Parts: sequence; C-alpha cells; structure tokens
Amino acid sequence: MNALYMEGTDDSPKIILDRDKPLFEISGKSLPEDVSSFFTPVLEWIENYQKDPLPETKLDIRLSYFNTASSKLLLDIFMLLEEIKEDGNQVEINWYYPHYDEEMKEAGIEYSEMVELTFNIIL
Amino acid sequence: MTAKKINKGFLEFVYDFYKGIRTHEITLAYEGEMNHKLMKVFTDIALGRMSEEEEKRQVQKRVYHVMIECLQNISKHAFHTNEETHSDLNHGILIISKNPHNYLITTGNIVEIDRTEYLNDLLEKVNSLNKAELDELYKSQLKEGRLSEKGGAGLGFIDIKRKTRQNLEFHFLPVSKSHSFFLFTSCIIRN
Repeated sequence: MNALYMEGTDDSPKIILDRDKPLFEISGKSLPEDVSSFFTPVLEWIENYQKDPLPETKLDIRLSYFNTASSKLLLDIFMLLEEIKEDGNQVEINWYYPHYDEEMKEAGIEYSEMVELTFNIIL
Repeated sequence: MTAKKINKGFLEFVYDFYKGIRTHEITLAYEGEMNHKLMKVFTDIALGRMSEEEEKRQVQKRVYHVMIECLQNISKHAFHTNEETHSDLNHGILIISKNPHNYLITTGNIVEIDRTEYLNDLLEKVNSLNKAELDELYKSQLKEGRLSEKGGAGLGFIDIKRKTRQNLEFHFLPVSKSHSFFLFTSCIIRN
C-alpha cells in the first residue's frame, strides 16, 4: 500500500505512515484550523492498513503540543490501532515527551489507561 | 491653520486607556475579529515575550494552551451578529495581564442567550470538581463526546482547569434580550 507522508507546519503535525519501511510517526504541533479534515487521510490510511497489517506495529508519537480538538482525533487513531491488536497483531505506542513537560508525559499515561495498547512513555 | 481632527474627549480617552493598561498590568489587548491566523499571531507574540523574559517553559506552554483554547472558542463560537448587538462574526476581545505571581488571560465575546445556560452549567460543574473528578470527566468526554460541526470537542474548559489548576472565572453581562457578553478569565500561576 502507498505510504502517507505529510509535512509538518506551525499548526499541524508531520505524519509518516509507511508500511514498507516500516515507519509510523506523528510529530510536531497539532492545532489545525479544521482538525477533522486534517486527520481524515490519517484515519483512512490506518483503516486501510487494518486490512493487512504487519504482525508488529510501532507508532512513535513525538508531539510538542496538541490542542483538545486534536486529543479527540489522537484517541480515534489509538482506537483503530487497538482493533488491529485485537485481530491478533502486536501494536505499541512510543510516547515521547520533553524533559520540561510533565503534562505531556501525563497525557501519554492517560491515553494508555483508555485503550488496550502498550504505551512506552519515553523521556 | 490645520483643522483639529481629535477632540478633547478622545484625548482623555487615550490617556485613560494608557493609564488603565498600566494599572491592570496589561501586556496585550485586542478587540476585533478572531480567526485562526490571528490566533497564531497572538500566541507567537506571547510566546516570544515569555521566552525573552525567560519564563518557565511549563508556564509558557500553559499560557499558550489557554490562549489557543480560548481563541479557538471565539473563532468558532462567538456569535454572529446583527444590528441589535453591534458586533460582528467571530468578534471578541483578548486581554493578557501579568504580575509577579501570575498571568491572567481574559477573553470576551457575545453569545446567544440560549447558550449562556449551557456555558454557565458547564463552567460551574468544572469548577466544582477536584483533580481526580476532572480527569474522569475529561476522559469520558474524550471517549464519548463527538466533535461538533465546528470541530470543538467540548474539552477546552475542562482542560484549562486541569492544566492551570485554578478555578475558571466567568461572567455574563446583559447586552440585549437575545444576547449577553461572556467574559472568561484563566489564571496561570508563575511559580
């Protein structure tokens, strides 16, 4: 399947979803003006990937900021990955946070309590 | 002889405005249309200053977050208006003040009277909850809430209190039979 690459901007994250490499990453800042349409291709890509996923998927999240509207879409992403895991595959999230940002660490822990996925919370 | 373009009343207003800005330690004040582009301009100004002043990064981020959530509220929800209320689409005010102890971020905008009850109940509820209860509310809203047509997730106020750990201050001032002015202040502690 085709990889999805989206360049990061000052209000939207960089997205890499590449099954061949394999590389899965969301990084940067997320506060797009229209959060739903920004994340639509991301969710669609994962829905497609769900049909034929790798036995092991590791998603790296390196966000320095996300607004509350984006937090909803992040959960949608995790819930799709949870389904992939329920289908018998291994899925892990590497949740990176900067040293000065305890709140970003807490956000990762919070997500880990909301979905049945392994979250590695990494400084 | 040049015609006098400004009258005494205006001069006094300017001077009072200047004094008011100083008295209330206001570092940024804006009144007008709010949109995504302007929101980024104001958050850039605020971040630039805080970084020059070597403000703590976690404080900077909280100020940034509160500004984003409040200004997105205005650009998405501030009521579109009519002759009666003399305001415009997505119109509002933003005032940031700063003293040695905290930052106060105040926004104001016109809302439909029908919405005041919803906002009032939500904000009172948020203020009545402790940290653990707020976290629970946030999580359930995140899981069960749907994005509204305008892209709001109903999480902004809950998260502002979670991040600032201070009660939210709000007032509704009567404007007309159908509209009121919604004033909202968040406090970010600097230490």
